[in-house]
Amino acid sequence: MLKKITYTFILSFLTLNSFAQNNGGEIHGDFDLNMQSYQEDEIIGAKAADEIILNNAYLNINYTKGDFTAGLRYESYLNALMDFDDSYKGNGIPFRYASYTIDGLEVTVGNYYEQVGSGLIFRSYENKGLGADNAMDGIRLKYSPLKGIYLKTFIGKSRTYFTYAEGIIRGADAEVNLNEALNLESKTKIIIGQGLVSRFQADINPKFKLPQNVAAYSTRLNIINGGWNYSGEYAVKLNDPVGSLTSEGNNYAKGNALMSSLTYSKRGFGIVAEMHRVDHMEFRSERAQEKQYIINYIPTLTKQHTYTLLALYPSATQTEGEFGTQIDVFYKIKKGSLLGGKYGTKLIFNFSRINALNVGSSFLNDNRKHTPMFISIKGEELYYKDINLEVYKKINKKIRATGVIAKQSYNKDVLEGKTPGTYGIVESTIAIADISYKIKKGYTVRIELQELLADGGEGSWSMGLAEYTISPHWFFAVQDMYNWGNHEISKQLHYVNINFGYLKGANRIEIGYGKKRAGIFCVGGVCKEVPSSNGFSLAISSSF
Amino acid sequence: MRKLFLCLFATILFTSLCIAQNRTLPSIDVKTLEGGSINITALENNGKPIVISFWATWCKPCKKELNTIAEVYEDWQDETGVKLVAISIDNSRSMAKVAPYVNASDWDYEVYIDPNGDLKRAMGISTVPHTFLLNSKKEIVWQHKGYVDGDEDELLEQIKKLAH
Repeated sequence: MLKKITYTFILSFLTLNSFAQNNGGEIHGDFDLNMQSYQEDEIIGAKAADEIILNNAYLNINYTKGDFTAGLRYESYLNALMDFDDSYKGNGIPFRYASYTIDGLEVTVGNYYEQVGSGLIFRSYENKGLGADNAMDGIRLKYSPLKGIYLKTFIGKSRTYFTYAEGIIRGADAEVNLNEALNLESKTKIIIGQGLVSRFQADINPKFKLPQNVAAYSTRLNIINGGWNYSGEYAVKLNDPVGSLTSEGNNYAKGNALMSSLTYSKRGFGIVAEMHRVDHMEFRSERAQEKQYIINYIPTLTKQHTYTLLALYPSATQTEGEFGTQIDVFYKIKKGSLLGGKYGTKLIFNFSRINALNVGSSFLNDNRKHTPMFISIKGEELYYKDINLEVYKKINKKIRATGVIAKQSYNKDVLEGKTPGTYGIVESTIAIADISYKIKKGYTVRIELQELLADGGEGSWSMGLAEYTISPHWFFAVQDMYNWGNHEISKQLHYVNINFGYLKGANRIEIGYGKKRAGIFCVGGVCKEVPSSNGFSLAISSSF
Repeated sequence: MRKLFLCLFATILFTSLCIAQNRTLPSIDVKTLEGGSINITALENNGKPIVISFWATWCKPCKKELNTIAEVYEDWQDETGVKLVAISIDNSRSMAKVAPYVNASDWDYEVYIDPNGDLKRAMGISTVPHTFLLNSKKEIVWQHKGYVDGDEDELLEQIKKLAH
């Protein structure tokens, strides 16, 4: 009897389930696992983990049925990979949400990611590879009352590791596409936007009266005409002292940021000119906390390189204050011309330069008041400079080649938060050749040779990579980074990595062994950001 | 007992049929290169196959895939009527470079931007490139992670299966 009841139960469940499926309900998601073993290496200062093996994994599940969607993410850190913060510990379901849309209104409860404009005043996002995740937990509403008008508002708390910061974040944003909203048949398209975000945190400071509600707002404008596109955003953050107990420590100045870009493009040619100015603009979910609590995003105004030695000395935005400019030019030399050859040649030029604000960022308290000049470049401390040219050419049906030359200046003291004057600026010259040769259909060999010449920092490096791929399932790669120019002879080391992988459809398995430096790691046709490591690694990713 | 088995068999068959149904695109807005937004479910190709390829201006294998297909895209279109939709996951750091890069590269693809990863998450993508193939009913029938030289041949074979 009991058996029969069980059968009936299973049957009705299966039937119900299949009806649900029939009505359009779908379940999808993805799974990711990164396992790493650690070996001690005294020379490079690598520590062995007590656990020997560390493992990060997560599974996303999304259920969708018509305009309803719900989902969750299971995260597992047993224990977290070495470059991840210790606070990622154990298992949990830190992300779950439900959302529906009806008559233009979208309601989300639980966790969500959101961005206001370019992110200058607010951005919650995740980058699992780097351990970044400041998801919100609360309520979000999006509404489009008329074509071309987009409104959203949200409230919630911001995630840091497995907990939520103390501040309550409230936000609203309106965007109007004037052409759509007013039905304008104009060649020029104009989009305007206004965002407001505010954080509430009780003031329990015994000595100072701190603002409990801290607002930040931004205005943005986008004008498009034919091949031209201008985009600008200006943001202000009201005074937000950290809450120190000394009268020197608190800075009551407002912060501000401006970013602006102008692009022009047509077939075979594109140019991007960008600038940004950032002054005391870090916005955190909790007063007096570290960078894990940042809730805004000020994009770094330099090129995101993927060749290892180009990315050895990467730039990062100094949210306290910097001024930067960047230019990109994309050009395709036509087929059949002298320089273009049979298949054409592609050129990509990039220049960026970041420097300090005049006499530092804005500061205001009873003892000191300072507002930096709006624009000052000459004579200011250089943070970063990069000038690089990439040439891509298909030589014949079998051979493709990419060459890059670059010159970079990297202010190691500022960008790595060291005491001023310790290392100074690392000047490097970099050259790269990347050649791929198709042996026969589906079988390709690719060779990368990279050279970085520098006196400062860790000195000069060479790198070689050989990759053999068999489409569509297999890849094998071996690479060696050699720090031959290190000033300490004992640190003139080889960083050898061997990787191979198998991929089929939605599944990918990669096994590796060796020493990796932190950065973007591109191997076997996939790019991902990885922390530094030394030992065996296993990575599985799958989506369904 | 026999009835029960029969019933069980029928249910399992029915269920597996239902589970085997193809997945559709999630209802998520992406940005157009003209600053507007479009819901990804509104993609259309008059019943012909659609390829959706996730990429970024900083991703070498992604650009390699899309540049390689660009060389043969006209032939693919003539042969199968396929449309390729390239979705960039560049965020506000490199978003401004997307349109100039696409134009300078002479791509004839439909290009959209997913700046905060909303569509990327909804479609279960952890790394780029990631390519999906949609049939006439805009159901996802095939997908592939990564790109190595020659992967475009398998994609074309899959498209042909749908197109004939």
